[in-house]
Amino acid sequence: MIAALSRQLLDAAPVVETAAESGSTGVPFLIVGIWVLFLAVFVGVELITKVPPTIHTPLMSGANAISGITLVGALYCAGVGFPGLGRFFGFLAITMATVNVVGGFLVTDRMLRMFGPKKKRGGK
Amino acid sequence: MTLALLSGSFVQIAYMVSALLFILGIKRLSGVKTARSGNTLAAIGMALAFGATMLDVGAVDWTVLAGGVLLGTLIGVVLAVRVHMTSMPELVALFNGLGGAASAFVALAEMNKVAGEGETTRIADAGAPFAIALSLSILIGAVTLSGSMIAFGKLSGKIWKSRFGPIGSQPLNALLALAAIALCYWAGFAVTGGAGIETGFYVLAAVALLLGIGLVVPIGGADMPVVISLLNSYSGLAACATGFVLENNLLIIAGSLVGASGLILTRIMCKAMDRSLTNVLFATFGEQATGGGGAADEYTNVKSAGPQETAMLLEAATSVIICPGYGMAVAQAQHKVRELATLLEARGCSVRYAIHPVAGRMPGHMNVLLAEADVPYEQLFELDNINGDFQTTDVAIVIGANDVCNPAAIEDPTSAIAGMPVLKVWEAQTVFVVKRSLSPGYAGIKNPLFERDNAMMCFGDAKKFLEELIVEVKDL
Repeated sequence: MIAALSRQLLDAAPVVETAAESGSTGVPFLIVGIWVLFLAVFVGVELITKVPPTIHTPLMSGANAISGITLVGALYCAGVGFPGLGRFFGFLAITMATVNVVGGFLVTDRMLRMFGPKKKRGGK
Repeated sequence: MTLALLSGSFVQIAYMVSALLFILGIKRLSGVKTARSGNTLAAIGMALAFGATMLDVGAVDWTVLAGGVLLGTLIGVVLAVRVHMTSMPELVALFNGLGGAASAFVALAEMNKVAGEGETTRIADAGAPFAIALSLSILIGAVTLSGSMIAFGKLSGKIWKSRFGPIGSQPLNALLALAAIALCYWAGFAVTGGAGIETGFYVLAAVALLLGIGLVVPIGGADMPVVISLLNSYSGLAACATGFVLENNLLIIAGSLVGASGLILTRIMCKAMDRSLTNVLFATFGEQATGGGGAADEYTNVKSAGPQETAMLLEAATSVIICPGYGMAVAQAQHKVRELATLLEARGCSVRYAIHPVAGRMPGHMNVLLAEADVPYEQLFELDNINGDFQTTDVAIVIGANDVCNPAAIEDPTSAIAGMPVLKVWEAQTVFVVKRSLSPGYAGIKNPLFERDNAMMCFGDAKKFLEELIVEVKDL
């Protein structure tokens, strides 16, 4: 099965569109994507280890909001090129991702506001 | 043509700026003071990505698009504004699930489109990476959805079972995982024709949903900090997989940032319990511990104190450390804690808070509650930074915490929690333990702290007890 899979991988890989994103070099998106993945994980690890434990909860809800980036993909699923069922899935995806984005950023802001400088001190 | 190309690069540049804003936003989370602006930056990045995509979507079904965005905004605003800070873990669990589900649905929609395009095609004909990414996106997304819903149920106290019939047993989980892998291969590579492909992926989604339930159901309430962090990571990985489906770098970047964040938190939580991730996920802790026979142990030499006695002892104290736990969250006692601290401070006593990383039900749970009660974050100390100070402290007050200050972790190598870093509250001159009863914590083991000569049990609901104590302290 693995042999068959890898053969299919090799067969299919060059077929992948190499249009806008990867430029004219002909590098398949998969390779570019994996590069981006590794670099982003590295940046993520570097940055997030520096977040103090005090705000780990806002970090999680903020991360939730960012994972709502799926919204960008979901919006395309409302396209007229999608069949009815596909568009229905698109509707569900858009709704859920928007809840994540809007709810996530708002509730994170609500929490971080509490951590901010207290008004009482400012009034002195 | 040129116009299309131009708008194409515009979208790519906008995505690039969005990704930068996400990274800068997370960078600003490294300081409590700059964190709020960081969140705003990330939100701007998201708005930019949304705006750019709207310019690029082309001909769309506006009822679907606008309907989804409006409905989602409405639900999101209501949730964010109305949720109580004590319910934050449930909300995060819910958001994790929605994030995973959204990614899975995008993948399903793509699959539905591709499968509908030809009668005799395989998904793999659209590219093997596409087929793999599609499968992963559906698999991870659906596991995240159902797992998060179970976590949500457990956190809100609606689910307490560790099994639903056979679901939740390790052999069935293993079987489901194997079935999922086989289905990924079959639906992506083997089967041809629209209807067959679609059936394959729907069955995959169903298997993944069952797997998510099976993986989370056996895990106890107090291991939720680990589970929530891990599901947080999964929701990011699902978005990442969807990025490979759509060949979209922004999704890959944002998804892997979230994935990394969740994984780091998972690691921190596991370390704070001195357990490996596999142990948390696959060993049922409760069962293990009752095997050690702790829960039924009877306590001897337990002293209890009422509000009046407690107030009298606090009168002479010049230094106090408060150790909050899940009990404080349940009783919503954070405001009373703050009120007591203010009274003590007015009497010239120094008050600090010792926060164990796994106190509560999610990373940073206690910090958020205390921040809500206006406790300055400078008074909150991490385990390592305050553990040496108990020796020179007059009074330690444990509020609704149990296992995180169990001396057995250090003193009894046979204990189920041996090796777990704990708050050494017993080193303080006097320890008050505000707790409803002597019942064991999640580990199901005895806490010898309650029998110590310098420990006093203050039985009762944390909020009620603190209210009475505050009255007494005011009368001093």
